[in-house]
Amino acid sequence: MSNNLISAEMPKLPIADWIDTAVDWMSINLEGLFDGIATVIKSVVDLFTTVFMFPHPIVFMILLAVIAYFAGKWKLSLFTLLGFLLIWNLGYWDATMSTLALVLTSGLISIVIGIPIGIWCAKSKTASSIITPLLDFMQTMPAFVYLLPAVTFFSLGVVPGVIASIIFAIPPTIRLTNLGIKQVSGELVEAADAFGSTGAQKLFKVQLPLAMPTILAGINQTVMLSLSMVVIASMIGAQGIGVEVYRAVTQLQIGQGFEAGLAVVVLAIVLDRLSQNIFKPTQKRGKA
Amino acid sequence: MPILSIRNVSKLFGPNAAQGVKLLDQGYNKQKLAKEKQITVGVNQVNMDIEEGEIFVIMGLSGSGKSTLVRMFNRLIEPTAGQILINDKDIMKMNAEQLREVRRKTISMVFQKFALFPHRTVAENVEFGLEVQKVDKSKRQEKAQQSLELVGLKGWENKMPDELSGGMQQRVGLARALANDPEVLLMDEAFSALDPLIRRDMQDELLDLQEKMKKTIIFITHDLDEALRIGDRIALMRDGEVVQIGTPEEILIQPANGYVERFVEDVDLSKVLTASHVMRRPETITPDRGPRVALELMRERGVSNLFVIDRSKKLLGAITAEDASRAAKEKLSIEEILIPDCPVSPPDRLIGEMFEQSSTSPIPISVVDENHRLLGVVVRGSLLGAMAGEVENEGGHVNEQQLDIG
Repeated sequence: MSNNLISAEMPKLPIADWIDTAVDWMSINLEGLFDGIATVIKSVVDLFTTVFMFPHPIVFMILLAVIAYFAGKWKLSLFTLLGFLLIWNLGYWDATMSTLALVLTSGLISIVIGIPIGIWCAKSKTASSIITPLLDFMQTMPAFVYLLPAVTFFSLGVVPGVIASIIFAIPPTIRLTNLGIKQVSGELVEAADAFGSTGAQKLFKVQLPLAMPTILAGINQTVMLSLSMVVIASMIGAQGIGVEVYRAVTQLQIGQGFEAGLAVVVLAIVLDRLSQNIFKPTQKRGKA
Repeated sequence: MPILSIRNVSKLFGPNAAQGVKLLDQGYNKQKLAKEKQITVGVNQVNMDIEEGEIFVIMGLSGSGKSTLVRMFNRLIEPTAGQILINDKDIMKMNAEQLREVRRKTISMVFQKFALFPHRTVAENVEFGLEVQKVDKSKRQEKAQQSLELVGLKGWENKMPDELSGGMQQRVGLARALANDPEVLLMDEAFSALDPLIRRDMQDELLDLQEKMKKTIIFITHDLDEALRIGDRIALMRDGEVVQIGTPEEILIQPANGYVERFVEDVDLSKVLTASHVMRRPETITPDRGPRVALELMRERGVSNLFVIDRSKKLLGAITAEDASRAAKEKLSIEEILIPDCPVSPPDRLIGEMFEQSSTSPIPISVVDENHRLLGVVVRGSLLGAMAGEVENEGGHVNEQQLDIG
């Protein structure tokens, strides 16, 4: 009733039309740019995929288990070995490797873009006041909505999947980089200034090293979010284990869906633990 | 020429702080400024000259503006108005690079909560100032090593700051500041976070170091005892203004106003005043006189003992009235009744450390210089009087003529 009242009295804002127009304009005029981005992303994904597929699964598993061992825990090492054996046994090896390649690509790009933006936010109030609401927007907007423009600009396939994952997964890295730098005690920053540091010296010698644990927590979040998005991105043609999940869901094959889901869980746990622990030993070495 | 000259330096906080300075000139007071313009006055028109090689203490309660003031000396806080001249160069007119140069080479800082970098080892902390100057690694390690040795932390180079006690951490802070070999050392409540015993040790060590280094030290504190102990001169601040600048004695004995007087009234004088502040003119005699002369002198002066000195005023000992009258009867010389091991004290001994000595000896404590020449005497009464705040400032130099009595 009230809805009718509003529509009777004033016209609806044509936000959808605006967005569509903007997207159309961009897809025509920025085609070159998008092509360039697509080429870069495609080649990174291909590179990772080739590398992961190159060794025999057993060799790759042992390699991962060794990395897990050096990340500090033999339990994690054992879990990695058993988990990946399971994936291999279920026949999802290739799909899992594709997914891993996608996750690492979007994670890597998120970090490379996200950390500098986070630093910028910490240094500039203006940047922070513009970027923070943008991040809120990116995180609360239903993730599926990113898939559509990504498809428009990059057509179906791996690239829009990676782009959508980056948009979805980058906020924690930016936020926690910003937070980590701001949390560095004012006295330490003052000390760095008092001894005549330049801005860059202050950043690299004091602020970033001290913010590192927080930044790493952000990176961990980013990796996890990009994994969840990469699965969804299979809807627009991204390869990987998401495809299996999606097929199982659409065909109501409960057992197969569960199997594919299990592969995602194993990958998620290993990625989470590894990304949490992998940087800690280097930190300890810095301390000794 | 003073090494650091502070001219009419003010710091106002709030919107239009610069306008606030003009309004203050036009006779606005701080309350009016806060109420009508939302401007708070942090530091108000401070003037001071800091001489090379002195320990200049800036002292005041929290909120008195002392920390703000000292941060303006190296522009960690930007002054609203005024001039800060370091070696006659106005630090306010420097660009970012020149300012960095001053911070790297001329002024170093030691912080209240140490502000050590927790991710760097002790040695790396000390090297920091040299590292930002891009001094090469072997040279800065060598300098850091020297600096750590100076503060007594040799062997701790590879520890992390959190493995050290508070006192040791602040030594690292001090070593870090000294590694740059600065002309001026700003110490912002450097010992306030330490417990009292360690604080006392650090004060002593700072004084020892200062003997060797002769740096200009600007020391911020809210602790009057600390100020009196280490300061060559003290600036007392209140509400962003300097109330009095003077030597510790001047602040104690001639407080500029009621505020200073109230501030110093609770001072434990026994930890501030020294033998030279409370000593009196001694009644003396030379050993070539006879015991009768001595007795006569004692009666005349109303004392029960005399100090025996030679022609160069060197203290030989003391004689008592009892012994003198016995000597007069038995025809003994003064030398035969001389008590050579009477209690002595150097002039810079704190009076707090003299009570025990004074109470166990029937003879007043004689104050002697390093050549054992008699400067004055401290009687029990003047110790107690000094504690009660009565200091007759006559003891400082002993009247030469009067010393020659007898």
